[in-house]
Amino acid sequence: MMQTLQGLGASVLGAAERLGRGHLFLIHVLRGFPALLPRFGLVIQQLFSVGVLSLLIIAVAGLFVGMVLALQGYNTLVDFGATESLGVMVALSLVRELGPVVAGLLFAGRAGSALTAEIGLMKATEQLSAMEMMAVDPLHRVVAPRFLAGILAMPLLAAIFSALGVLGGYFVAVGLLGVDDGAFWSQMQAKVGLYDDVLNGVIKSIVFGFVVSWIAVFEGYDAVPTSEGVSRATTNTVVHGSLAVLGLDFVLTALMFGG
Amino acid sequence: MTKNTDEPLVRIRDLVYARGERPIFNGMDIDIQRGKLTAIMGPSGTGKTTLLRLIGGQLRPDAGSVLVDGQSVPELGLRDLYRLRRRMGMLFQNGALLTDINVFDNVAFPLREHTKLPESMIRNLVLMKLHAVGLRGARDLMPNELSGGMARRVAMARAIALDPMMIMYDEPFTGQDPISMGVLVSLLRTLTDTLGLTSVMVSHDVNESLSIADYVYVISEGKVVEHGSPDDLKNSNSPWVQQFLQGLRDGPVPFHFPAPDYGEDLLGKAVQGAVQ
Ligand SMILES: Nc1ncnc2c1ncn2[C@@H]1O[C@H](COP(=O)(O)OP(=O)(O)O)[C@@H](O)[C@H]1O
Ligand SMILES: [Mg+2]
Repeated sequence: MMQTLQGLGASVLGAAERLGRGHLFLIHVLRGFPALLPRFGLVIQQLFSVGVLSLLIIAVAGLFVGMVLALQGYNTLVDFGATESLGVMVALSLVRELGPVVAGLLFAGRAGSALTAEIGLMKATEQLSAMEMMAVDPLHRVVAPRFLAGILAMPLLAAIFSALGVLGGYFVAVGLLGVDDGAFWSQMQAKVGLYDDVLNGVIKSIVFGFVVSWIAVFEGYDAVPTSEGVSRATTNTVVHGSLAVLGLDFVLTALMFGG
Repeated sequence: MTKNTDEPLVRIRDLVYARGERPIFNGMDIDIQRGKLTAIMGPSGTGKTTLLRLIGGQLRPDAGSVLVDGQSVPELGLRDLYRLRRRMGMLFQNGALLTDINVFDNVAFPLREHTKLPESMIRNLVLMKLHAVGLRGARDLMPNELSGGMARRVAMARAIALDPMMIMYDEPFTGQDPISMGVLVSLLRTLTDTLGLTSVMVSHDVNESLSIADYVYVISEGKVVEHGSPDDLKNSNSPWVQQFLQGLRDGPVPFHFPAPDYGEDLLGKAVQGAVQ
């Protein structure tokens, strides 16, 4: 009994300490952002690798999710004779929810895990230590550009996801189910608001990008510098990153659309 | 910049450092003279790498002082520490080259980070440094295409890129074939002499260390057991030093890790943790 309590206490303390370290780490990395401006090439390079890593999977997933949304939505809407609203339904679901959330989950799995593994391996092979000894701060030189690239890439990826999702929905609705072409687009244009829907979706995707990238670079930097430690950190990134996306999505949705 | 040249470049006094409960250093004094090659020898796990990290300011001692060129390393702020580190190079055990860029860019890395030199001058400097370690022809190779010895030579070129006052080598010869070892040994000596560098080398390779070092420290269990010129050491009357230098299996350092009585242990009678 006592031991269980002690174990519980120790793990709570450990988690709290790690959380604290994660925040100090964040502050240190953010301080490196201004220095990236004159060397934006470093960020572009990372943006390219982070973006390209996730682009294909996000495009394909977006297309399929949009197609499924159209199929499912049609079945419900047809009972009410409201199939012209299919475009609105697909677009709203994507822009408000599925775009940021599914793109965030895929981003954690694809780009996040790769970031963690890369940084963790650099640590395990003493490349980060070597940089420190060359008077180059690895948090500014290695972590900051990757972190910023993650934050910038995520809204773009979510937008691509939603755009291809709408396109997939269009193919199914108009091409397969015979929904009126004009009604599909005009209703969508009329009902999807720039601020209420698109902007909120973009905010979500920025938040998810920030949190997932933060988790990914911190897990890599904090990894136990062995092959086992790096593999555990990579798994952590995917699990914690995905849970963070889902949990934050609830909070943000409640704040944005709850009232 | 450089202070009084008679003073040692690195001066360590009463150094105490522990990893958790385990003491690593326990009141250690070491002086590294300028322009000399000093070898610090000791068995694996005595804390040789830890010592270099303490000198480089990556770790902070629990007590005692570490002075490099008159500056107290543990008390430096990050900015001053980084300024000091530009003047010292460190060679990690496996070279620690950046694996995503080629040999040329690795050597150019500190130059590009710390200077605003034009690319044409960086190119000349990098080729000079690579030439010094005999790898000018390997500039386009990636780190994973290099042998262990070549990787260390590239790391040497990178460490001298900014013309530091001192280089620290962590076990530069470990795991090298005899030819590669010979190349590294003579390179270490040449770099020290031609560039007027202060070199610190930690190693457990006895013969190589004694053959090139100007001064040798032998450390064990957190203390300096013996120091002097290589000849002093060979004539040392400390049985411990003789065991270490000659690689004898048993002596003051026992072959067996402390354990319960062998016979009782086999019969299952020994109590776990009851160590004589
Ligand atoms: N990160 C660490 N955490 C805990 N203990 C460590 C760590 N690094 C090294 N040690 C311990 O400190 C001791 C000294 O290590 P090290 O300086 O690497 O020895 P050496 O380089 O002489 O072989 C070793 O016994 C090792 O177990
Ligand atoms: Mg070592």
